[in-house]
Amino acid sequence: MTAGTQSVSLNVNGRTVHLTIDDPAMPLLYALRNDLGLHGPRFGCGLGQCGACTVHLDGAAIRSCVFPAVAAAGHSVVTLEGLGTPEKPHPLQQAFIDEQAVQCGYCINGMIMQSAALVSANKHPTDDEIKQALAYNLCRCGTHLRIVRAVKRACSGA
Amino acid sequence: MSSPPPVSRREFLKFGGLVVSFALPVRLAFAENAGLPASATPAKTVAPDQVDGFLAIDRHGKVTVFSGKVDLGTGVRTAITQIAAEELDVPMARVNVIQGDTLLTPDQGPTYGSLSIQNGGVQIRQAAATARRALLQQAAQRLSIDEHELTVDGGVIKPKNGTASVSYGDLIGGRTFALQLDKNAPLKDPAAYATVGRSQPRLDIPDKVTGRFTYMHDFRVAGMVHARVVRPPAIGATLLSVNEDSVSRVPGIIGVVRQRNFLAVVAQTEWGAISAARQLKATWSDWQGLPDEDKLWEYVRSTKITKDDVTSDRGDVDAALAAADKRVSATYDFAIHTHGSIGPSCAVASFEGGKLTCWSASQATHNLRQQLALMFGIPDADVRVIYIDGSGCYGRNGHEDAAADAALLAREVGRPVRVQWMRADEHGWDPKGPPTLIDMQAALDASGDVTAWYSQFYGPEGVAGRVKLVAADLAAMPHETVMSPGGIINGTAVPYTFPSVKTLAHRLVSTPLRPSWIRAPGRMQSAFANETFLDEIAVATHADPFELRLRYLAGDSRAVELLERLARFANWQKRSAGKPAGGGTATGRGMAFVKYENNRTYVGMVATIEIVRATGVITAKHFAVVQDCGQIINPDGVKNQIEGNVVQTVSRTLIEQVHFDRSRVTSIDWQTYPILTFPDVPQIDIDLIDRPNEKPWGAGEPSSAIVSAAISNAVFDAIGVRLRSVPFSPQKTLAALKS
Repeated sequence: MTAGTQSVSLNVNGRTVHLTIDDPAMPLLYALRNDLGLHGPRFGCGLGQCGACTVHLDGAAIRSCVFPAVAAAGHSVVTLEGLGTPEKPHPLQQAFIDEQAVQCGYCINGMIMQSAALVSANKHPTDDEIKQALAYNLCRCGTHLRIVRAVKRACSGA
Repeated sequence: MSSPPPVSRREFLKFGGLVVSFALPVRLAFAENAGLPASATPAKTVAPDQVDGFLAIDRHGKVTVFSGKVDLGTGVRTAITQIAAEELDVPMARVNVIQGDTLLTPDQGPTYGSLSIQNGGVQIRQAAATARRALLQQAAQRLSIDEHELTVDGGVIKPKNGTASVSYGDLIGGRTFALQLDKNAPLKDPAAYATVGRSQPRLDIPDKVTGRFTYMHDFRVAGMVHARVVRPPAIGATLLSVNEDSVSRVPGIIGVVRQRNFLAVVAQTEWGAISAARQLKATWSDWQGLPDEDKLWEYVRSTKITKDDVTSDRGDVDAALAAADKRVSATYDFAIHTHGSIGPSCAVASFEGGKLTCWSASQATHNLRQQLALMFGIPDADVRVIYIDGSGCYGRNGHEDAAADAALLAREVGRPVRVQWMRADEHGWDPKGPPTLIDMQAALDASGDVTAWYSQFYGPEGVAGRVKLVAADLAAMPHETVMSPGGIINGTAVPYTFPSVKTLAHRLVSTPLRPSWIRAPGRMQSAFANETFLDEIAVATHADPFELRLRYLAGDSRAVELLERLARFANWQKRSAGKPAGGGTATGRGMAFVKYENNRTYVGMVATIEIVRATGVITAKHFAVVQDCGQIINPDGVKNQIEGNVVQTVSRTLIEQVHFDRSRVTSIDWQTYPILTFPDVPQIDIDLIDRPNEKPWGAGEPSSAIVSAAISNAVFDAIGVRLRSVPFSPQKTLAALKS
């Protein structure tokens, strides 16, 4: 280990992981994608503006592209992979499939993770509440209407 | 540059194995059946006139389709799967699609222009039909039964009455068809379709919503290192000096690569590359070659015209204008737009033994291969470009440029290199939809009929060729020297039967920022001018906008059917002029129509908008859309495209504009280039006209073309003010209200 290198432990998708971090400024996103090989959280802007990198930290939706990895030490992180799998999807993931609420899908990680945080606090959000909760998640393909329908569907079945 | 750590033979071998693994399913399909090792099988043909170019069937009956068209997030993979499964009578689950791999897939042209199904899908369908007929003929021989007595069910051929059967796998498994693609091979009767024409769930969605999908951005190869480009602070600046010591302490740094004005940093880790790019100290010359943004339209109008393209010319427009009872004229302009993919461009490249392999989300891997071969001075055959799905691509964005960055760096570093553009690289350096100006004139007679229609379009010269690669340009390596803005003049002509028509495109020698095509390039701008101007004529002649259009579309039954259906679907209330406006918040409705490029997809829409007079803020509330794109492959897929077209173009119409100073693009992130967000997204209702016996036409662009006009016309209906400059910013709207 060189000077400045730190070892941190955190829980990711239910597993304890140990990371060696050589720069305390490195955002969590890079640890998740490169050190842990996760594909759910995505790099979109690196500025916290678009939401493609959203993960849950102790249940709250955060922008992992601007959240230092070292600050996640001792906390619990859940990514899109931690919500469910194609074989056993989370109700939101299933609703996105049912509503075909994807075009390119690059933003969808953020849409699902942000919505999951919303739904855990508000079991039956209105359309307006969903739109407000996702107001800072950007989609360029124009899948918004389907995304709102998918969130509604997930809540109606819950 | 600093010398990279030596790459072990073992790493290269591992890497080599990964390269080959892409070809593995195919080669195995041949090899397994022939009892040969994979390496002993012949190279697969990519000839577009050969069935084997597009199709392979292994001994288990598994079908592999080789598609030159790629899925840019539009559902093309699923639609191509449907088409092949339908024509071959196999379940979709038995079809796998390989896309855009220059070693394996025929060159079907770039994935643009709403042509993936119309051209690419139709070619694959014909290959499948040719294959199906050959398989039936073989089965007839094998079973000694007349070909016409045979049916196919799930890839098994059997007599209509009887039990004998033979499967595709038995007949062809692993061998080549060695057949010319027959344009006359009989196609399945659409009445018997089980898969095409029905909404099939997209194949990629389960993996995309669970994080299992591999995007270009997720792709890794062994031994790969990470790079970031450091672009000039001014577009045409010269790199004067680089202080490599400024990054020597960055953890994981491998080195700095400089070639002329191309500058990049390479590191073992991605964050190391990002840190180094931020910390690298370099000095650049000053450059202020961009025009004054505040005088953009004067600049466009005064740019040298290199040629005029006459896209339609009928009757005597000059005489009709001179003899007019009333003349109407207006000028429209449309701002510079960026693609704005949510994931900035990314690529991985490897140079090995002088041969380049590049993984890219390019919409045109075959073109990119030729561009890279030109750049590095190597034969096309020594370049392989492999498509991997990227973030949504709405035209020629930065993917190809990232590929060139990665290739140049891979050559310099001697290891596979991954380049990921940062947000500012994408917004600042992707090629832009060029600024477009359109002058319209019409002559009206005493009865309110249009006697002349004259339009003049101002846009950069060039076609949908190959857009210059940034890295080749900066590094002074061979590259294209002409502009390629796309087929921007294809929508200038109109489908309306006015007695005299002239549509002219003035082609300009330059445009401020490197141009390329963005969804409905030029056609969106033309449709904005054409359909808004027609609304102005409707107002001037006290005509209902539907009736006015129908008057000049009488010979086109599909256009007439579409407009009549739209009027019903949208519950259109006939009117003779813009209604008087009142109240703090006004609402209005406007319609627009296009026959895309005057030869295919028909689409019409009615927009409902709301405008707050005090602020000038326009909100698009609702769209009713009717579309006839001929035969529909996947209705839900088409609807998804229409919704996307509407939402994206509402964003472009109301708020988007690339800003720049004299040196650089200043719209470099989502704050400086905002796009539409959830609270402002309109509701959309869609009515599709399916014509199973007609050709399938494109759906990825046409409906986008008329959104701006529909909104402009709705604004006029609401407040009696005509907006002719995209975006319809509150400032412009307030200024128009005051004047």
